[in-house]
Amino acid sequence: MTTVLKLTNLSKIFPVGKRLFGPPKALVRAVQPLSLSVEEGETLGIVGESGCGKSTLARMLVGLLPPSSGTIEINGEPLDNADPTLFGRKIQYVFQDPISSLNPRKTIRQIMEAPLRHLHNMSAADRGRRIAEIFAAVNLREEFLDRYPHEFSGGQAQRIGIARTLAADARILILDEPVSALDVSVQAQVLNLLANLKDEFGLTYLFISHDLAVVETVSDRVAVLYFGSVVEVGPADEVFSHPKHPYTKLLADSAPVVGRPLKAPEGRATELPNPLNPPDGCAFRVRCAYASDQCGREAPRLEKQSDGVWTACYHPLSGSK
Amino acid sequence: MMAFPKLLARNRLALGGLIVMGLVVVLALITPLLPLADPDVTNTANRFKRPFSEGALLGTDHLGRDLLSRLLWGTRLSLAVGFTAAIAAATLGAAIGIIAGYYGGRIDNIIMRGVDMLMAFPYILLALAIVAALGPGLMNALIAVAAVNIPFFARNIRGITVGIAHKEFIDAARLSGMTDARIILTEVLPNVVPVIVIAISTTIGWMILETAGLSFLGLGSQPPQADLGSMLGEARSALITNPHTSVVPGAMILIIVMAINLLGDGVRDALDPRLKSGALSRPMPTTMVKRTMPVPEAKAETLLALRGLKTQFQVKDRVYKAVGGVDLQVNPGECLGLIGESGSGKSVAALSIMGLVASPPGVITGGAVYYRGEDLIDAPYEKLRSLRGNRIAYIFQDPLATLHPLYTVGDQLIEAVRAHHPFNKTEARAHAIDLLKSVRIPNAEQRVDSYPHEMSGGMRQRVGIAMALANDPEIIIADEPTTALDVTVQAQILSLLDDLRRERGLAIIFITHDFGVVAQVCDRVAVMYAGRIVEEGPTRTILNAPAHPYTARLMACVPELGQGRRELAAIQGLPPVVDKMPKGCAFAERCNKASDACRQANIELVRHGANSLVRCISPETSALEASE
Repeated sequence: MTTVLKLTNLSKIFPVGKRLFGPPKALVRAVQPLSLSVEEGETLGIVGESGCGKSTLARMLVGLLPPSSGTIEINGEPLDNADPTLFGRKIQYVFQDPISSLNPRKTIRQIMEAPLRHLHNMSAADRGRRIAEIFAAVNLREEFLDRYPHEFSGGQAQRIGIARTLAADARILILDEPVSALDVSVQAQVLNLLANLKDEFGLTYLFISHDLAVVETVSDRVAVLYFGSVVEVGPADEVFSHPKHPYTKLLADSAPVVGRPLKAPEGRATELPNPLNPPDGCAFRVRCAYASDQCGREAPRLEKQSDGVWTACYHPLSGSK
Repeated sequence: MMAFPKLLARNRLALGGLIVMGLVVVLALITPLLPLADPDVTNTANRFKRPFSEGALLGTDHLGRDLLSRLLWGTRLSLAVGFTAAIAAATLGAAIGIIAGYYGGRIDNIIMRGVDMLMAFPYILLALAIVAALGPGLMNALIAVAAVNIPFFARNIRGITVGIAHKEFIDAARLSGMTDARIILTEVLPNVVPVIVIAISTTIGWMILETAGLSFLGLGSQPPQADLGSMLGEARSALITNPHTSVVPGAMILIIVMAINLLGDGVRDALDPRLKSGALSRPMPTTMVKRTMPVPEAKAETLLALRGLKTQFQVKDRVYKAVGGVDLQVNPGECLGLIGESGSGKSVAALSIMGLVASPPGVITGGAVYYRGEDLIDAPYEKLRSLRGNRIAYIFQDPLATLHPLYTVGDQLIEAVRAHHPFNKTEARAHAIDLLKSVRIPNAEQRVDSYPHEMSGGMRQRVGIAMALANDPEIIIADEPTTALDVTVQAQILSLLDDLRRERGLAIIFITHDFGVVAQVCDRVAVMYAGRIVEEGPTRTILNAPAHPYTARLMACVPELGQGRRELAAIQGLPPVVDKMPKGCAFAERCNKASDACRQANIELVRHGANSLVRCISPETSALEASE
């Protein structure tokens, strides 16, 4: 196993309330310095709720946002996003909203040709051949090529989006909520397609989602994000069957499941912390039943637990559920 | 794009403008071919001839020049200058706007402040200054008019570009290895062109006027060359004695500008997607009702019952049967789940109950909705209004979109209460605080004065629920109330709704696409597919042993926590489009049990087991199993 993607102390700080002169009014730490690595051929799931920084992280990885600090390494080389034609061949991105990621005034053929032409300088004949191959792989009919995006349903549009990413021929795909805009029956089609493509083309996935059940069906390893930090990371079955961090446990207990009676898993009035005024120490402590004085003094660091799971918590839950 | 001429022709005034403008342009184009007198030859012996005199159809001016000839040549020149100025201003303005909007940040700031400075001068002063600096002459007047109009285009196009530059397809293009210049030309520009065309069509008349104004002041075309403005200027001294010399060019300016403006408005209406989708046609206060079939009878005494409800959207020559005959009923204190995928008609069915489907294009074409035995479908508007939010209330998916951003949540709650009860302000405010407490918002006394944007998604949805509860309704229709929320917040909201229902004996129609949610809060559940109910019954029966193949397979493809990595049992294909419904079972195309019988005739919703109904001739479970 080789590490294909390595993040070291990657962080992103957004200024809020820019002024003409002088410093901005406030800073939002969307992503706290975090380090992660992804092995070749693996699917790393990234779970978190809205505002936890998962999309910011994804956009940094594909060079759409410059990080505030830290480094991104692909296959041991630092990611240089100065030249879009270089990093576009290494790492690609599948968007959440399939329709709005396709230009409404271009045909599918024009959209599909862009990466082939600009990233790989292919000739017209080669492009046609490659598009035919990719369309076969994602189960799309070639007659779609001369239509416009608005003629497609969400599921078809997402297949087209995936086809475009495959055209770039990158080995690493960042999938940012790729199925959350789709209906469940279509969602299952797309998830299965992604699994097949991964085997067929030897891809590595970073699968970002707010839906634990979806992440569980696709991931080898999972990282749980809360308020811009990784609070738990480890093998997917370990993390989901025996959550160590109280937040992971809360997430798992909140997902509605057929056959489990309704209960509010936490106090009814708790709110997420304010990103402009984050709490000291552990960001989760105001919602946490196990919080102690120690949690308020200093944020816990990721530490390895007995079974290979890393948890950032002073009071990790014991293994039994 | 094919529809554009049709859309334009539907607007009578625009069509008139188009015809008049076409005539003027044709006249201007063929002027050199017409047997006209030379426009610039003076003949003072024949000065100030009246119109319709011999040899001069429109008379002559103060130098005895033929007015008809001068008018046509002048029109030709004025149109040419006006169009050129418009194209020049649009090109430069759009280029500035696109660059400012695309790059944003400092570049945007510098460019737009420059444009603002240009706008700070009164336009005529600016034009005069430009002409004064460059010297009089038609070419310089053209430059002045174009320059004066650049800020208008730049600001307009910048606004549109900012919206487009943040779209995901721009990011996608960047990831496809495109450079900024290429993205601007091939991704941004095609999306901006319609706006540029609209802006040109609405300003070109104005530019012709401005050019005429400069020529009138003697700064545009120089004698003896005629354009409409200079003709007016020369006729000014004879305005009282020989009015026809001013009336002729004046009338032409009027005709041109009127025609262009009417045409421009028509072009704008036809191109603007917002106007095309009916933003100009105000929806009626209740959904239109056109029932052709006899109205079904109310069956037993129930709180709310839908009988054979049919709602369609009639868009041009297509009819979308969003709801194709739905029967449902809710009893007091009961929670009925309505589950289905997008496009299954679940929301339209729910909105039809209170006549809230936008008309046009929505039409209720059949069936009835009985609230305590009274049909709501043909109820007068006043009756519906007194029930809306009072006896039957709605909770919508996105509380940020349903709460007014400029009023505090307290004001909005007070308004909801006072719409149906004669409370005074203080009573209503106290009631609003009670409501916020009842949905467990902490510090209700302070939160009542918050604006919606100051609250989190979960808190806003609590306000949405408080608003629904404001008048102590009997029925709440909750349309995906937790779909936009995070799971931890969703769990809180679901348990809140469940508690409220039990405390107050509310009946809830809970619309969702999530089986987990249905399992946790609903007593009964109805599954919708392609506008009809395919299965209905007690939640436990349906979730444990679904009888309709669609329900069974839909449940199978939902990932559930705790089952590890695996392949999902996806349903192949897509739901049918509701303007082209198949003859028999709508699910037959995707069903692996489908036989010829499924496709031949309509399948009825029949009793299956003790408490369930199913619309299938070969259900997954036997009637006996379904009764357990």
